[in-house]
Amino acid sequence: MLWEVDIYPVAGEPDRAGSAVAAAAADLGLADRLRVAAAHGYLIQGAIGEAQVGRIARELLVDSIVERSQIAPANDRRLIDAAAAGIGNGTSAAWQVVYVLPKPGVMDPVAQSALAAIADLDLKADAVRTLRKFWLADLSGETLAALCNKVLANDAIEQVVVGPLPFERLELGSPYRFQQVTVSLRDLDDQALIRLSREGQLYLSLVEMQTIQAHFRQLRRDPTDVELETVAQTWSEHCSHKTLAGRIAYRGPDGSRNFENMLKETIFAATREIRRSLGANDWCVSVFADNAGVIRFDETNNVVFKVETHNHPSALEPYGGANTGIGGVIRDPLGTGLGAKPICNTDVFCFAPPDTPPAAVPRGALHPRRVMQGVVAGVRDYGNRMGIPTVNGAIYFDPRYLGNPLVFCGNVGVIPHDKSFKEPKAGDYIVALGGRTGRDGIHGATFSSAELTHHSESLSGGAVQIGNAITEKMLLDVILQARDRGLYHAITDCGAGGFSSAVGEMGEKIGAEVWLDRAPVKYEGLTYTEIWISEAQERMILSVGPDQWDAFSALARSEGVEATIIGKFVATGRLQLKYGEHAVADLDMRFLHDGRPPVVREAVYTPPAERELHGGSARDANFTDTLTRILGSLNVASKHWVIRQYDHEVQGGSVIKPLVGLNNDGPSDAAVLRPLLASRRGIAVACGMNPRYGDFDTYHMATSAIDEAIRNCVAVGADPARIAILDNFCWGNTDRPQTLGSLVRAALACHDLAVALGTPFISGKDSLNNEFRFVDEAGHPQSIGIPPSLLISALGQVDDVSRCVTMDLKLSGNKIYLVGQTKNEMGGSHFALVHSLAGGHVPQVDAEIAAKTFAAVHRAIASGLVRACHDLSEGGLAAAMAEMAFAGGLGATIDVARAPHALGADPAIDAILLFSESNTRFLCEVSAASADAFERQLAGVPHAFLGSVTDRAVLEIVAGQRSLVSIDIAVAKAAWQAPLNWP
Amino acid sequence: MAQPRILILRAPGANCDAEAAYAFQVAGGRSELLHVNRLLEAPGQLADYQILCVPGGFSYGDDIAAGRILANQIRHHLADCLQEFKATGKLILGICNGFQILLKSGVLLPLAADFSAPATLTWNASGKFEDRWAPLATVGSKSVFFAGIDTMYLPVAHAEGKFVPRGPQVLAELEANGQLVLRYGARPPAGAVPNMTASVPYPDNPNGSLGDVAGVCDTTGRICGLMPHPERHIDPTQHPRWTRGPLPAAGDGLRVFQNAVGYFR
Repeated sequence: MLWEVDIYPVAGEPDRAGSAVAAAAADLGLADRLRVAAAHGYLIQGAIGEAQVGRIARELLVDSIVERSQIAPANDRRLIDAAAAGIGNGTSAAWQVVYVLPKPGVMDPVAQSALAAIADLDLKADAVRTLRKFWLADLSGETLAALCNKVLANDAIEQVVVGPLPFERLELGSPYRFQQVTVSLRDLDDQALIRLSREGQLYLSLVEMQTIQAHFRQLRRDPTDVELETVAQTWSEHCSHKTLAGRIAYRGPDGSRNFENMLKETIFAATREIRRSLGANDWCVSVFADNAGVIRFDETNNVVFKVETHNHPSALEPYGGANTGIGGVIRDPLGTGLGAKPICNTDVFCFAPPDTPPAAVPRGALHPRRVMQGVVAGVRDYGNRMGIPTVNGAIYFDPRYLGNPLVFCGNVGVIPHDKSFKEPKAGDYIVALGGRTGRDGIHGATFSSAELTHHSESLSGGAVQIGNAITEKMLLDVILQARDRGLYHAITDCGAGGFSSAVGEMGEKIGAEVWLDRAPVKYEGLTYTEIWISEAQERMILSVGPDQWDAFSALARSEGVEATIIGKFVATGRLQLKYGEHAVADLDMRFLHDGRPPVVREAVYTPPAERELHGGSARDANFTDTLTRILGSLNVASKHWVIRQYDHEVQGGSVIKPLVGLNNDGPSDAAVLRPLLASRRGIAVACGMNPRYGDFDTYHMATSAIDEAIRNCVAVGADPARIAILDNFCWGNTDRPQTLGSLVRAALACHDLAVALGTPFISGKDSLNNEFRFVDEAGHPQSIGIPPSLLISALGQVDDVSRCVTMDLKLSGNKIYLVGQTKNEMGGSHFALVHSLAGGHVPQVDAEIAAKTFAAVHRAIASGLVRACHDLSEGGLAAAMAEMAFAGGLGATIDVARAPHALGADPAIDAILLFSESNTRFLCEVSAASADAFERQLAGVPHAFLGSVTDRAVLEIVAGQRSLVSIDIAVAKAAWQAPLNWP
Repeated sequence: MAQPRILILRAPGANCDAEAAYAFQVAGGRSELLHVNRLLEAPGQLADYQILCVPGGFSYGDDIAAGRILANQIRHHLADCLQEFKATGKLILGICNGFQILLKSGVLLPLAADFSAPATLTWNASGKFEDRWAPLATVGSKSVFFAGIDTMYLPVAHAEGKFVPRGPQVLAELEANGQLVLRYGARPPAGAVPNMTASVPYPDNPNGSLGDVAGVCDTTGRICGLMPHPERHIDPTQHPRWTRGPLPAAGDGLRVFQNAVGYFR
């Protein structure tokens, strides 16, 4: 018997789901005043009667104070007919019912929990599925179809049913009948190899396909499907980073270079140089080796940091993509060494503007507003449920992220010194821990290495995964206990590539035998290949010694977490897969890991010729108006709508929150937290990024991003001598020499500035081929490539958090200093953006002055001389000063003519001093009593006294006798809060 | 009595257990984390403790509704031993998800014959999860946990924290008994009677709780649930504006735990 329980808000309670649908329909221009009512519900299958279902509803599913329910056998008219269901004041004619259900095989955690809870009521149900249900009135078939597709459901994971359900039973999967599949590879010609690579979603190049073909010709046999999949996944861009770690012939303004391994010779090399110069004081522990970079924190602990991207899944299914993005990156620290405890998340997103006209969104792409809402909800739900505070982030808007948003998820963990390394041993069991394996996320690794097209949605729907944070939290609880009790030798996460990647990497130097039929599955019917490459979430692979197994499995059982032996590490140097009796794969580890033909690429970079700022309109008209428009621009505007939805304080270590100041609403430069509750030692987390600068020169974009990430950390009190950074390169199609050239140039910049500042890179990740291809209405193929996007994430350290400062002005009468030199660097600035100006000089970094400035500002803060400190970034001095003022609820009067500069008689000097985005600059608030000491600390670094804090609630900026800006701080704040002040 | 023992109840998805344990420890207690599975296997061990704390988090993912699944487990399997725990004069504190669990399981306020609760915690008026700090005032002297506390400034972080009683009579009864012990906003004027609206405006009342109720206790004052997180305001550097003024010795939340531990001294 299949029962349905529908749940509606009682009269007087708002119909939130319905209102959200109506609002989204209006946003997308689908329906102006949609009449809609929403319900959620459960399909319950089992040999139970109405009274028992009633008990399930009453005691488990329905909160009768705020909800009412409708219980009936599935497809009963009380569930279909509007009047009978109590919708629409007794009329049925106009209303249509639409069901939205997870597709079979898609994770449905609430249904799983409900099934277990029903058993706890001593009732027996065989299966449960959740549903969402909408009643829609007066809609044409066309509008209804558009609404289903764009608002109600996501085709990648959900099915939509208009009217009664087309089934009377829930599918429980059918048993799998073993059938070995061999791929006739040896006889294929080049055309057929290319076709196989594409249609099999292997996404390998012809040369790579030929290499595999040659290997199997030598073995005198054809590969099985799972062998081919394993090679494709191991050689994918996502897993092997073959482009950036490959051979590149580069020509750029800085000369020509031939790289054998580009990343190794730029970014890794910088870290090597820094570590060598630190000698005995080297505080890097493990870099570019494990799942996350590891650095020293205190006498007993290290901290680890990793940032990943989850761009392509988030483009298709923003909620699930971001959800599993954060879930995945949490498993990186958890899979580093013997497992770090995750202590905070960071999240940075790039979207097209949320007010993009719906008509401008190409077929196959989701509207950016929907993308943004889904991504934020995905991060929120996973991070909050894991109990890991999301403390830092940023959002950048650019029309070129349409169809290809960027979602960067990061996680910091803490790990004891003696648990920071691992070593799997021959003879150890290969143990799968955590969630079960399903059909989710098949081909994620190869898919993420390909370009998105308007077909991606249907082609790669299987690549979308849905997470279940509680499963991962339970996994985390087991791992940390097992780690401290010494119950395993090694651990790694199942990310892209699933078991294939995790076992393949862990057993690379040993050899592994895997018994695929033993892996626990979510439902029957999975083939051996699906089990091997599934990217089902919340799974880790551990290397557990036979002597450790009993205690390990008992611990996992006691926490309700499944631990299963799925194989053994054996000293064969081979990867051997079995399904029952059948050997389905037998690969040489050396071929798998070292057999890939080197990727050889051309890279060329020519930055566009420099021009003065030009075009646009009325740039000198009214600086107050310009400032207001910059504060109200999307990149600068307050992100409180996002931040407040994240629990940024769980675990109790929060010191500097993302929103600070008199009303807890000013923009903090960085987050500070105490990883250990009984200690005042802290970490600072910040980031730097500015894709607009990449249009001028990716070298200076990269150095600006590094400078910004570091100055954000320094601004709250972190020690610049102990800041570690991560790189995340997200680029377009690097098959084009120009595109790859712009990346190499950025990597060279990373090397140069890292070495000059002594700031090591400790980990990184790249995501290439971020382009969206589609066919426009005229039938022409089009492509949108993202701008070069380099995210630099910084992890700083603070000896004593009680010395930290925030950016809000504190006290009327205090002095305001500008630290750093202001230059004519308006290229890519927000001044240029709001006035639609082109050209200008892009901000550069003077490494020598930057190093001295960071050190001096830190000394001043650590000596307690600074009451407030804020970094200058988008919008320059004027925007930073306005933010400090309205965050502190105080005014300020400053004279920018006093600012350190060498602009001479530049006719645009006022605009430059107010809005130039020159790097390495800070505004500091200093009490009159501390002013002399502050100036002494800043000796040798450009700095100037600009003016004072006032209690007039007005920001006045003058240049000598001329008034440039005069703005009420409440007006400035309102402009800053307005654009993203979503309900 | 010696150092009281505090059982911090872990469950799949509980995630404020470590900081709750730390808060009780700073207050002088001896905290121990115990998984609900262990308690279900041997409920008798509850007798070894003086204080039970159900911490915040997302027990069982808050699947179906916040706290619902663990609340049902408690009602089905632990009701008797909790009854005894109560009867022997011990203390129970539910924070955030713990409050939801205590309320929905009937541990805090008795359930009706059909197991329906007299009040619920449901979706915030804003319709979304929010993390923000709220001003709080205690009312009356019933709760052991809030003895001597007038006002506190604590963070809330939840999606389902709107207190809704099953009708005005329930609210009036709880008020008459002095059980509505913690309210959002400033202390209500003496004689003010809470009604079925939120009179403190958003965001000071962050979730639209009727009667501005942030915390409730049972008729004895020894069992208490609250949505705000006192365990997140133990160190003064947890205050969102600590950089603006002199650093006090401790955060506002510590008193709650000191009161609990002190009750057994």
